[in-house]
Amino acid sequence: MNDFFKKTDLTRNEVEKIIDETLLNKDDGELYLQNSINENIILDDGKIKNTNFNKTYGMGFRGVTEDVTAYCHTNSIDKNSLIDASKNINSTLKSFKSYKHNNSIRKTNEKLYSDHNPIEAKTLKEKINLLNTVDQYLRSKSNLIKQVTASISTEKKNIEIIKTGGMTLSDNQPLTSFKISLIMKKGSKNTQGSYAAGGRMTFDSYVNENNWKHVCDEAFRQAEMNLDAIKAPAGEMDVVLNNGWSGVLLHEALGHTLEGDFLYKKTSVFHDQIGNKIGNENITVVDEGNISGRRGSLNIDDEGEKTQRNVLIENGKLIKFMHDRLSAKLTKNTPTGNGRRQNYMFAPMPRMTNTFMMNGKNTREEMIKSVKKGIYVDALGGGSVDIVSGQFNFGVNNAWLIENGKLIAPVEGATLIGSGPEVIKKIEMIGNDLKLDNGFGTCGKSGQLVPVGLGIPSCKVLMTVGGSKA
Amino acid sequence: MLKEKKELENIAVYCIEASIKNTATNCEVKVENIISETVNLRNKKIENSDRSDILSVDIATYVNKKKSSTQFTYIDKENTNIMIEKCIEATKLLPDNKFNSLPDKKLLAKNVDDLLLFDKSTISNEKKLEYLKEVEDAALSNELIYQTNGSSFKQSKSNFIIANSDGLLSGYKKSEFSSFTDLVAKKNGSGMERDYYYDSKTYLEDIIKPKDLGNNAAKLAVRKLNPKKTKTESIPIIFEKRISKNILEILSSAISGSSFARGSSFLRKKLNSKIFPKNINIIDDPLIKKSIYSMPFDKEGVKSEKMYLVKNGILENVILDTYYAKILNKESNGRASGLSNAFFEPGGKSYDDLFDCGKKLILITDIMGTFGNSTTGEFSCGATGLYYEQDSFYPINNFTLGGKIEDIFNNIVLADDLDFKYSKNCPTALITEGLVVGGY
Repeated sequence: MNDFFKKTDLTRNEVEKIIDETLLNKDDGELYLQNSINENIILDDGKIKNTNFNKTYGMGFRGVTEDVTAYCHTNSIDKNSLIDASKNINSTLKSFKSYKHNNSIRKTNEKLYSDHNPIEAKTLKEKINLLNTVDQYLRSKSNLIKQVTASISTEKKNIEIIKTGGMTLSDNQPLTSFKISLIMKKGSKNTQGSYAAGGRMTFDSYVNENNWKHVCDEAFRQAEMNLDAIKAPAGEMDVVLNNGWSGVLLHEALGHTLEGDFLYKKTSVFHDQIGNKIGNENITVVDEGNISGRRGSLNIDDEGEKTQRNVLIENGKLIKFMHDRLSAKLTKNTPTGNGRRQNYMFAPMPRMTNTFMMNGKNTREEMIKSVKKGIYVDALGGGSVDIVSGQFNFGVNNAWLIENGKLIAPVEGATLIGSGPEVIKKIEMIGNDLKLDNGFGTCGKSGQLVPVGLGIPSCKVLMTVGGSKA
Repeated sequence: MLKEKKELENIAVYCIEASIKNTATNCEVKVENIISETVNLRNKKIENSDRSDILSVDIATYVNKKKSSTQFTYIDKENTNIMIEKCIEATKLLPDNKFNSLPDKKLLAKNVDDLLLFDKSTISNEKKLEYLKEVEDAALSNELIYQTNGSSFKQSKSNFIIANSDGLLSGYKKSEFSSFTDLVAKKNGSGMERDYYYDSKTYLEDIIKPKDLGNNAAKLAVRKLNPKKTKTESIPIIFEKRISKNILEILSSAISGSSFARGSSFLRKKLNSKIFPKNINIIDDPLIKKSIYSMPFDKEGVKSEKMYLVKNGILENVILDTYYAKILNKESNGRASGLSNAFFEPGGKSYDDLFDCGKKLILITDIMGTFGNSTTGEFSCGATGLYYEQDSFYPINNFTLGGKIEDIFNNIVLADDLDFKYSKNCPTALITEGLVVGGY
């Protein structure tokens, strides 16, 4: 384990004493320490332009009483900074005369990933050679490929959480990501394709020859398909989503609106719907932070709570929200292991981990056959949601026009929109082919980015498509 | 306390000397200290406070035409030495890239004018709370505002030094005060709608009055209530200023040096060609006094001056740093940090005149998703707005806009109501034809 205090003017005992003095008369809080390194190597335009090696080191001190949070963070881990942070927390929370201190936490010994350093799995030279090989492999596929960007990002993030009474929780969170994006050009038309692989397992689990070729092939397939794409239709129609990454539908349309902070703030469209039937019988949605090795998985969340499987919607009925310690306390629930933060510069908040929908009974072929006019979405892009109105959107990278149950031609330039409470009632068919994504999701909320996982079986849903053909 | 110039300079100079001693042939460094204090209020009650004090170092080392970089926030001598050694070690492993180099010395900024980018006044957390209470009092006095989603006031002060092994050593202090409120509106029998308003200024005294902030946001949220759905059709579109600025965002992405050099822009063949109607002029002026977006030089130290991007509808300049300028066989125009205060010159029509273009049209008040793709030139996003027909209007939501970015550029008519609020600024803009609304 890292010793955060080795090179400072602080001993661990002194730190624990300051934490106790600051937090024992608050409801909750902790000192969060982070020491992480990451390396990014990018090949673009046929050359390695730059490599980048970063070290992030710092602490965030948090005190919470009732629904008020005081947070201070700095990259100077020393006595003066810690004492200043303590004063600052006391100043914000000084008006509270009573408190209910609670430092109990659900611990775990489970290891969902091993303690390894993906940066050192290969030498820099080996990684550069690999990217050059990848570039050659892709460009040899077609002379219409005009640009290839290939990158390898690896990270080793050590965190330690110290609560009152000297309680210490720590984790090493490795993360590897291999990404490809490419541009093809035919006549005056540019098309794009992108794909990636990654997660918390060893470097070789994602960047072996089989895997990197698969990532390249998929990015190429997407870009090539759009070379002959026609204008996407516009208007409300049946949409068949393929399995896997289309889980971004759940993430945006439902996931965010089931985060606990929007429950206690009563701003989620679903805040008064717990126990009610909000969707069709066939819909069960799960957020599960403790799947082995996945990009969205964590041994402990960023408050030290163990992660777990949370069934959010079961057979169409809203069961629960996802909580951090604060939203759990304010809504009289137990924490669900969803308290996450991007790094020491942020206080934690309820976030998703790996979010997916359970299998249904249909096949994708049945769904496509049942559509008179609509689109089949082959590769979704990213999305966003307004949790208050429930409106969401996402971009479509690749789709096909469906007419009379048949795939007619690729279409481009579509956005899909809808509203969460409506769309969950309009999921008509669910496939028996649940797949989790390939490990490239990043979710943003209030300026904080965290890695997440997604998954969904193929499904058929009525939505509005934003093409340019009226 | 914000670190003073001398202290940052000492770190920068140490890094350059250590790099050169470690056999780097060239080196550039940025050392920056940012201290910010934020208070959030929600429903007239404090929700949280946040204090941030970060000192960071960015170093790029060159070994002839090889380049690598490192960033770190753990700044003692031992770690700095380790990071520099590691960076140079990595640099040596890279292939030569002939376009890697420090900026041309003759382009570096000298004798920089004071652009009034630092206000030494401070506002205590107590005063911030008083301001935010006034904001929320004003907002919640509107009976359709059901609650607030949070209001915040942030004070941020920074000081930085950039330096390189060619003798560059320059930097300045900056300040930014910003206030924000996010409101939820609700009417009996309707769903909730939210909207926000914010302001951000270099000088504390210039920040928007709290009442105005609360009232402006309330108006925006309330006008979204009881939305209807709309049908699929081709119809004239008007973008409000906070949306029309995205036209300049997508242009700036399409005319960046990297997208030209890499051939990834849908405009890559359009330099010195007409891309807008001939009455359209677009300017970037980095030297506007007191603007939070101003910069006398870019992050490489190259001086930035006022420049036309588009003149009489013709694309005159792309956005260049040293690296991409060399690939394109040009000189850097001091835009390694991107555009600063970019704007469309105002058009000739009043705001009201724009609405006379047809019997019906849609005013776009909010968008979701990305405003176009600068590689494919495709345009598609989710939108919220007001449907105008026969002298009346009603809110609509949950529809899409689709078309080509070129359709927006070619069919744009600007109002005369330009103001400077963002880094990219555009008057209210009418798109007469070319966009398709996707609804039921």
